Amino acid sequence: MNIPENLYYTKEHEWSSVSGDIVTVGITDYAQGELGDIVFVELPKIGIETTVAQPFGVIEAVKTVSDLYAPVSGKVVDVNNALVNEPDLINKDPYGEGWIIKIQAENKEEFDNLLDASGYKKLIEN
Amino acid sequence: MDKEKIKETALYDVHLKSGAKIIEFAGYMMPISYRGIIAEHLKVRSSVGIFDVSHMGEIEFKGENALEMVQRITINDASRLKEYQAQYSAMCYRDGGIVDDLLVYRFPNKYLMVVNASNREKGYKWIIENKMDGVEIDDVSDSITLIAVQGPNSIKTLQKLTEINLEKIKYYHFAESFLAGSNVVISRTGYTGEIGFEIFVSIEDSEYIWDKVMEAGKEFDIEPIGLGARDSLRLEKKYCLYGNDITEKTNPLEAGLGWITKFEKGDFIGRDVLIKIKREGIKRKLIGYAVVEKAFPRKGYKLFKNGEFIGETTSGIFSPSIQKGIGMGYVKKEFSEVGCSFDVIIRGKNVKAEVVKTPFI
Repeated sequence: MNIPENLYYTKEHEWSSVSGDIVTVGITDYAQGELGDIVFVELPKIGIETTVAQPFGVIEAVKTVSDLYAPVSGKVVDVNNALVNEPDLINKDPYGEGWIIKIQAENKEEFDNLLDASGYKKLIEN
Repeated sequence: MDKEKIKETALYDVHLKSGAKIIEFAGYMMPISYRGIIAEHLKVRSSVGIFDVSHMGEIEFKGENALEMVQRITINDASRLKEYQAQYSAMCYRDGGIVDDLLVYRFPNKYLMVVNASNREKGYKWIIENKMDGVEIDDVSDSITLIAVQGPNSIKTLQKLTEINLEKIKYYHFAESFLAGSNVVISRTGYTGEIGFEIFVSIEDSEYIWDKVMEAGKEFDIEPIGLGARDSLRLEKKYCLYGNDITEKTNPLEAGLGWITKFEKGDFIGRDVLIKIKREGIKRKLIGYAVVEKAFPRKGYKLFKNGEFIGETTSGIFSPSIQKGIGMGYVKKEFSEVGCSFDVIIRGKNVKAEVVKTPFI
């Protein structure tokens, strides 16, 4: 199970990479493994607001559908349009080419609620 | 489901070794996928795959009235079966609702019913409640491993392991024979729509047979297939899944199973009500539909036409073969014709869909 040390995590299995007030968001290696073959990602529009712990998009696997949850509140400043034609980038490279959106965070204090790698590891081991 | 009651099949360790992702299904720890649903699905369509379907239940009917009992409890005509022939059938309640869909196998000395794992206890109870004299009923599920080998290369794979000519076993026929030296029942049946076989083998020989089939299929890149691809494979052929497309609240006529409902065979449980339904005409029909846009139907999604509720999705999936969202569902009869368009409500949005010819592929 790949859980990079330099990222932050949600209980809903999103990862966040923080650079200044820009948070890049994807789903974890564990999550993509559980979902299996990802066939569609419903991306939000650039400019919409996200609310922490609220859905911002949807991910469809062959048999199941799941919501994607925002790790922080803010504004969507970029989406990974490559996922429109290649949703399985999330399966192949969940922490790299499979990133989903970038959020400009409005409140950095929310970062404190995210799990670190060891906290996330504990979560999925339980 | 009571945690303590969750069972493992005889092949559980093989699945773990093969890297399966395991889920609980119908009281069993079962492989949902190994390499990935899409890859597994396409392997069965193009070559050959092997499935552990030991969670299925097997119930034997023996004794002088075995046939009469099978005739009474199932809707297809088992008297038409020759020895070593099988048929698709179902059991109904008195109100015409479906207890289970199943296969009936005629052996020289008995009838064997293969029932859904999720319905094994319920079905067995129903059979016992309606038991006749002169018939002995036995649930033998725990002594049988059921392995499916499906795909265009299934014959070539299995032929290496047996002397009987598998080409000569016709669809819905079976043989009692040897496979790699083990006693098996080998049946030309399956749930994928491909040429394929289902092998009944003892618990003791399960792993041995699995390994032998894997070895024989090596040149065809055989791989293990999980329940995920089993579902997508059957859906592309519009085969019903109990609990989704057929339930206690649906009857065989609206489910498109009129072809196995044999009124002329004489009395059976549910016949009176089903005759009445047939006479009055069904009100809704199980259809297959395809979604026009890139969106995927799921069980429970509602169907609307011009703002009017016309039905509900019972199964939905991304079809690996046609790369589209496909679904099955019941719609009011007047909207069941091929070409009829309507909206599927996906997360509050209306998405265009159309009744299509089935099987989907």
